[in-house]
Amino acid sequence: MSILINKDSRVVTQGITGKTGQFHTHHSIEYANGKNCYVAGVTPKKGGQVVEGIPVYDSVAEAKAATNCNVSVIYVPPPFAAAAIDEAVDAGMEVVICITEGIPVKDMIRTRDHMQGSSTILVGPNCPGVITPEEIKIGIMPGYIHKKGRIGVVSRSGTLTYEVVDQLTKLGLGQSTCVGIGGDPVNGLKHLDVMQMFNDDPATDGVVMCGEIGGTDEEECAAWIADNMNKPVVGFIAGVTAPPGKRMGHAGAIIAGGKGTADEKIAALEAAGVSVTRNPSDMGKLMLEAIENR
Amino acid sequence: MKIHEYQGKEILREYGVAVPNGKACFSVDEAVAAAEAIGGSKWVVKAQIHAGGRGKGGGVKLASSLDEVRAHAEDILGMTLVTHQTGPEGKEVKRLLVEEGAPIKEELYVGLVVDRATQRVTVMASSEGGTEIETVAEETPELIHKVSVDPKTGLTDAEAQGLASKIGIPSELVAEGGRLIQALYQAFWDKDASLAEINPLIVTDDGRVVALDAKINFDESAMYRHPELEDLRDLDEEDVNEIEASKFGLNYISLDGTIGCLVNGAGLAMATMDIIKLYGASPANFLDVGGGATTEQVTEAFKIMLKNSNLKAILVNIFGGIMRCDVIAEGLVNAAREVDLSVPLVVRLEGTNVEQGRKILADSGISVISATTMADAAEKVAAAAAGA
Repeated sequence: MSILINKDSRVVTQGITGKTGQFHTHHSIEYANGKNCYVAGVTPKKGGQVVEGIPVYDSVAEAKAATNCNVSVIYVPPPFAAAAIDEAVDAGMEVVICITEGIPVKDMIRTRDHMQGSSTILVGPNCPGVITPEEIKIGIMPGYIHKKGRIGVVSRSGTLTYEVVDQLTKLGLGQSTCVGIGGDPVNGLKHLDVMQMFNDDPATDGVVMCGEIGGTDEEECAAWIADNMNKPVVGFIAGVTAPPGKRMGHAGAIIAGGKGTADEKIAALEAAGVSVTRNPSDMGKLMLEAIENR
Repeated sequence: MKIHEYQGKEILREYGVAVPNGKACFSVDEAVAAAEAIGGSKWVVKAQIHAGGRGKGGGVKLASSLDEVRAHAEDILGMTLVTHQTGPEGKEVKRLLVEEGAPIKEELYVGLVVDRATQRVTVMASSEGGTEIETVAEETPELIHKVSVDPKTGLTDAEAQGLASKIGIPSELVAEGGRLIQALYQAFWDKDASLAEINPLIVTDDGRVVALDAKINFDESAMYRHPELEDLRDLDEEDVNEIEASKFGLNYISLDGTIGCLVNGAGLAMATMDIIKLYGASPANFLDVGGGATTEQVTEAFKIMLKNSNLKAILVNIFGGIMRCDVIAEGLVNAAREVDLSVPLVVRLEGTNVEQGRKILADSGISVISATTMADAAEKVAAAAAGA
């Protein structure tokens, strides 16, 4: 078991004929069961081509009709990426993972509104993707640092996720699924949604969550953990030293109007019983202790 | 992206929002001439900097004669204005806005933000204008009224008038107030704004509703479709190093510590700053080189960091994923040879091809303090800075 994706997922790459889409599809096909999982590509007006051994279609709907794909990954450039998400939603994809960074917020407001009433799950945008180790990799993360196991990872940041995964793997703790939810203010899954999935997943024994400054997603997740979580959670919040009013790389990582500070988030998580570390080198170690003391 | 008040008011005027008659001025003589052209007997001379809190800092003054306009313009233009948003070093005033004085009866507040929780634009309005809205939100949250706007319909007449009425706009002016709030929403939506604040929105003695201030920020990701906004950018208001870095696709923010940081990824860059602090030193900058840094980018990053006279050491923290450690190590070696590396350099590489990367650094002959974990790196860089 795992969450969101597994070895039986049937994946379509939107934007497969672009340099980024092709590069990452190539590496994803080479990972674990990728050859069987990646079944289609989509680029408008390029239907009929074959890229990385995969047939390309003009639309997600055509790709679905031909291959029965159920998960989409998007590497479409920012001006067209929100429309690509809409297309995947309309075609009935179960999960849509949008890697694209720099989508205008207004486009995402429209897309999130468009998704109301749909059962499609959106991950991202501006995220590294999702991996269920030794089964399937959908995104830009380096596959080899992962190891199959029973720890869930959820994070707003890419390389910080790799840092956690690397620590876990080196301590012998494998991962059930690692989910990058991305650094944008208007997006799909939040920490809370992923935490609920991990709590319900029999293959997950504990969760590491990496948050960062900006918004109140971590606080909302903390409130839910306090009342509902029955597995150990280790937390880290990046940006204790970030000054207010400055956007720290991610569009969503900004302390605005006195809200969204790291200290508030850390306090909320600690109050919810999460083992929070202020030392990003200790995330794996803390998870190991939590699992051993369970 | 931030713009000046006078630029924000020009945009609002295009959308039919009532704003006072005024003109942007770059010299004292221009300011006096502007006041004369505007006419009347009362004027306001306002410093134009991107930070808020200008009134408290002495950057906004009332004048009742042209001589007073001249005196205030002389005082404000060129002054270093210190507000709660500028930091202690303040900001030099290079532009003024001269406006007609408005007969204020009521000071109200209207603001628009992207609400992450509802994933929509929220319009906030309050009867408590003229003060800091954060304080109102904290002390009397019941005085802030909100509408979450459906992106399909926009802000409706009923919603806008409802807000106007709740914040105390007199009933005979509710329709006008509602139209103003709707126009503000339309400007926000059309221009891809990320924040808009009118504080204060005023009701005048002679029965008008006027935007007396205008603060508008825009979504950087949407600038590609607003070339008209790009022209409003005032580079004087931005950090020179941040501008320089952005030319090379680097995300750089100046901070006041002594440890330069070069990291790939925004979250890891913040975490690196945090762990430096944890080990008793403090970061001189935030610097995210992104997912595929080239030798040129790394070299430029070093050059920008080395411009900082407070710099005592540099920490490079790279988790190689798609970006291989050997490529980064080559970049580091070339960069270190090209620039005069006057401070200790601590490098922590992890991830793809890490062994080759470490070997390249070790064989290069450049003076590098090698670190394994983030904690090890932070400890070593703090020690190196203390010894420097």
